[in-house]
Amino acid sequence: MRFLFKTDYEDDIRLFPHSGYVVSYGVLLAALLIAPYVLSSYLMSQLVFVCIYATVGVALLILTGFTGQASLGHAAFLAIGAYTAAYLQKYNVPFPVYFLAAGALTGLIGAMVGFPALRLQGIYLVIATISFAFIVEEILARWESVTNGNEGMRVKALSLLGVAVSRDSPTFYFLCLAVLVLTIVGTLNLLRSPTGRAFVAIRDSETAARSMGVNVALYKVKSFAISAAITGFAGVLFAHKLSFISPEMFTLQLSIEFIIVILIGGTFSLHGAVLGAIFIVMIDPFLTYLKDDMPGIIAGIAATFGAGTQSAANVHSKVAAFASLNGLKGAIYGIIIVLFVLFEPLGLYGRWLKIKLFFQLFPLYKRATFKRQKIYVKSERNR
Amino acid sequence: MLDFVQQLVSGIALGCVYGLIALGFVLVYKATEVVNFAQGDLMMLGGFFAFTFIGMMGLNYWVGFAAAVAAMALFGMLAERVVVRPILGYPQFSIIMATIGLGYFLRSVSGMIWGTDDFKIDTPFSQGVLRIGSLVLAHDKLSVISATVILCALLYLFFNKTTLGTAMRASSENMLAAYYMGIPVKRVVSIVWAISAAVATCAGVLLAPITFIHSNVGLVLGLKAFPAAVLGGFGSIPGAVVGGVLIGVIESMAGFYLAEGWKDVAPYIVLLAVLLLKPEGLFGLHLRKKV
Repeated sequence: MRFLFKTDYEDDIRLFPHSGYVVSYGVLLAALLIAPYVLSSYLMSQLVFVCIYATVGVALLILTGFTGQASLGHAAFLAIGAYTAAYLQKYNVPFPVYFLAAGALTGLIGAMVGFPALRLQGIYLVIATISFAFIVEEILARWESVTNGNEGMRVKALSLLGVAVSRDSPTFYFLCLAVLVLTIVGTLNLLRSPTGRAFVAIRDSETAARSMGVNVALYKVKSFAISAAITGFAGVLFAHKLSFISPEMFTLQLSIEFIIVILIGGTFSLHGAVLGAIFIVMIDPFLTYLKDDMPGIIAGIAATFGAGTQSAANVHSKVAAFASLNGLKGAIYGIIIVLFVLFEPLGLYGRWLKIKLFFQLFPLYKRATFKRQKIYVKSERNR
Repeated sequence: MLDFVQQLVSGIALGCVYGLIALGFVLVYKATEVVNFAQGDLMMLGGFFAFTFIGMMGLNYWVGFAAAVAAMALFGMLAERVVVRPILGYPQFSIIMATIGLGYFLRSVSGMIWGTDDFKIDTPFSQGVLRIGSLVLAHDKLSVISATVILCALLYLFFNKTTLGTAMRASSENMLAAYYMGIPVKRVVSIVWAISAAVATCAGVLLAPITFIHSNVGLVLGLKAFPAAVLGGFGSIPGAVVGGVLIGVIESMAGFYLAEGWKDVAPYIVLLAVLLLKPEGLFGLHLRKKV
């Protein structure tokens, strides 16, 4: 086990605490850079979605994970970013300009949402953000002169320095990856700054933060604005990746998916956003794979345990019928969410930390290290 | 004027359904400080149970209704035992996520079992209408309104006058202290879930003639019931019903007098306005932590 001896504040806020970090992240980055030349085009497409979802996940982590303000309205921010891009593109605005404009506009709207949110907490905030998302969805469907209503908008391939970049090209992937990496590095630095410290203080106790001189209102609005702006950037990429956007893509369902991203990944670290994004994007192909192959596998197992050809075929058709039932995916989603909340509240990254600590401390690992405290008193919850 | 009254009555009837779902939210919230995002889906499931008993097995309407309520009360206890009890005391956010997951699960599973068609339950009051002058009131709408008033009154009395109701309010305030005082907190919580599932079932069955039962009805109506509960101030039983009626009336007025599209967003705009001006709702209590 490695012991880090810190002698200076600089040691404490270093992005790479020791050489191990440089090596492992270097290897990861190298793997991501050669990925387009190795992986199939389908997997590359999924990887682009992972980048976009992870960017939104990071944005949501700033707001929910680090400032403690839950939001079920991030699909609306994504929609605003996507529609800004699509609208400005019609007037031949160059990509860098509308990319930044989308972020700025979404950030502004995020700050405007932040103001009413100042007086709200917990469940009220969740409901207020849901309401905001509904209103945005309805505006997108009704403001036909700008958004083309329910017919949706086509988004042309983006052009970078005069060259058209198709949505399946490696260049587009690199663009998404660059946005993700810049977001993560920027957020890491933000969290090490006074602003980030204030966010965490507000999350842990608003009253305590206020009594330490943190301007709670200002930092809540800032957190909303930053989170919304990053989501807006992701929205531009999302629009280009899909090449067609319409209001029914940005429903509550999508907001819930974003929350699932950070819930499954882990809400206390930026790793969580990336892991959660991988999980959410890859679960679809994985379920399709199961649907196609499970009947054969289970029938094979039945056959090895002495079932006759007739009954094995029977098992095969029954499992196939079950796997192609409508709505099985939703049920699996539901079960996954509940299981994570019940048994893995720290998410995938929390599990990784537990495994790591288990081997570092072997055989002295204690389960209680990661145990959370339960609070049964209302006045304590009411902070 | 007649149009106005007609819209008002249908708005009140719709609002009573929201109010009934909101009552479920409020009950669970009052007793355990848990916000149950699956409340609408419990209502949907209750409707399907009633459909199975009445429409498929051919039981008498009232017998089927009672059977559905009883079955759903048991189901509510089961859901509480499996999903909610292990995470009581954890941050509200985890519990919200767990109930969202439960809602997802219920919606998909009932879609798998009963299919995605719309179902209708034949009720004794599907047909008749009541005429007062030139005003026409359908019996099914009146049944919703009267059932809501009765249920609301019963629950209000239950919470404020009975020992069990007092125990529930106590365990909401401070579970630990309530436990020390000899209140069986676990049993209290599971009874609350049973009651709230039963109320949801009543909403589902009464609603069946008006909007039909399908697997997404819970999501659609549940999301409308939230503004209702917030408007009334989460935690007040009469508030939930008043909030529901307000939302229903606003929605039906907006649908009649304003341009298309306002109907769906009007409740949310009102909600945001209320949250801005009076965040604790119309009947809510404002609590602040003492340091």
